[in-house]
Amino acid sequence: MLNVENIKKVFGKGTPNEKVALENVTFKMNEGDFITIIGGNGAGKSTTLNAIAGVFMIDEGKIEIDGTDITKLPEYKRSKYIGRVFQDPRMGTATNMTIEENLAMALRRGQHRGLKRGITNAEKSKFREYLEMLDLGLENRMTTKTGLLSGGQRQAITLLMATMTKPRLLLLDEHTAALDPKTAQKVLELTEKIIRDDKLTALMVTHNMRDALKLGNRLIMMNTGKVAVDVQAGEKEGLHVADLLKLFEKASGGRGISDRMLLS
Amino acid sequence: MKLSVFMGAVSQGLLWSILAIGVYITYKILDYADLTTEGSYPLGAAVAARFILGGMDPFFATILSMLTGMLAGLVTGILNTKLKIPSLLSGILSMTGLYSINLRVMGKANLPLLRQDTIITRVTSLGFETDTAVIIVGVVSVLAVILILWWFFGTEKGFAIRATGDNSNMIRALGVNTNSMVILGLVISNGLIALSGGIMAQYNGYADVGMGTGTIVIGLASVIIGEVLFGNTSILRSLFAVVLGSILYRIIIAFVLSKGLVPNDLKLLSSILLAVCLSLPLVKEKLSNFVDSIHKNKSREGEASA
Repeated sequence: MLNVENIKKVFGKGTPNEKVALENVTFKMNEGDFITIIGGNGAGKSTTLNAIAGVFMIDEGKIEIDGTDITKLPEYKRSKYIGRVFQDPRMGTATNMTIEENLAMALRRGQHRGLKRGITNAEKSKFREYLEMLDLGLENRMTTKTGLLSGGQRQAITLLMATMTKPRLLLLDEHTAALDPKTAQKVLELTEKIIRDDKLTALMVTHNMRDALKLGNRLIMMNTGKVAVDVQAGEKEGLHVADLLKLFEKASGGRGISDRMLLS
Repeated sequence: MKLSVFMGAVSQGLLWSILAIGVYITYKILDYADLTTEGSYPLGAAVAARFILGGMDPFFATILSMLTGMLAGLVTGILNTKLKIPSLLSGILSMTGLYSINLRVMGKANLPLLRQDTIITRVTSLGFETDTAVIIVGVVSVLAVILILWWFFGTEKGFAIRATGDNSNMIRALGVNTNSMVILGLVISNGLIALSGGIMAQYNGYADVGMGTGTIVIGLASVIIGEVLFGNTSILRSLFAVVLGSILYRIIIAFVLSKGLVPNDLKLLSSILLAVCLSLPLVKEKLSNFVDSIHKNKSREGEASA
């Protein structure tokens, strides 16, 4: 359902800071695939997600969703297909607006916004049910501004916002990296549950090898803007950190594993 | 301060509050410091004066002044979002260009409205005193503006504008063209500012090409005073707070004038007042840190002696 073909992106072209961020990145996703993307700093993980989301236009290559070419589509129009959760908890919600207002905006993702009420009473009771599922007690704080919530609570709400309307593709960009370990674990469990229950197709960037191995049915390892290893469905089962390191070493010529990846 | 002076300040504050609400929309909701204000306010005055002198019904002339202000906002919005000119500079470009346009509209630097039919004389002809008529015009137009905006910012589009100023990345990811929202916000804001100018020309009895100077500072001061004193927990509350802030600002000005301040020094006073208001949050924080540290020192001394 997602087809990423030979995409290339160079930042700061023609300047001394020129950097090839993505080079010939190619992979396909099938309906229901849950791919974890792993790699060191500057490997191009987040850049790949941002390219798919349309944060910037790519220099070469093609991106298709359900056979539709979205390569030239602006970011706000791609939102019809794509739900996103960012690394920074502050990025996912409008902080001066209430929880229910944020959810109401997410409910209208990719739709025309006119002069109808921004939030209805029927929606409010639906949001209450959704929030109860999160089990964070937020169903009683629906008129609280999200700026007053903790990072974990905000990420849980952003996750809810991204998945409420069942996107064709869910993009998770290290969405637990800024949280403390316990909260990160909780948000990760929630992520897994939502993706499983709603049978979503998802791409998750992570720095954490164990999470990358534990979650999802496929794994992509990136290095210096290229796909280094693409572990297909069925091959991932039983793979260990040691195997992954070996695969990676083979692909990258024995270099490029960051300390942060080894430690985590 | 005499009662008549006080009431004059209140009615002026009411008429200025429409401008302040316009400034609130750009500065607070869109997070955009828009200097178009200094051009769209006299534009509204110029258009209203010119068309009233040309024999147009004062209500239509007032509405027309609002529409031309919206056009000015549209230009600033296009400069900023389509041509990628920084927000501050876009406003300055519009403001400067509008100076010439305003002179063209008026034909000269000052256009008196002596013995003309205005929206205020329309109300006095119903049997009200002029002072009362001004208050009526002020209250009715301010309430209408507040009610319409309160409704609008509760709609899907209104939500999208608020989110654009709050977190544009997030709302783009939810499918909103944030450029359009910035433009729409500027259009509404400058429409209100020009409306304020159009009504003010009829209140003052003239339009003047220089009447825009310093208006952004007055607008911002009203917004900040209102917010600090009356809160900002909801849109409706913020809108009323801005109106109260604007009235309070006029009362302060009337007070210092009655104490013998030279009118020529007013703009300096306005700037100082706004600078003080804007620095309040920082001062507050430093002060509470200072108080905390005193408390800590005291409790430490207490532990040491125990």
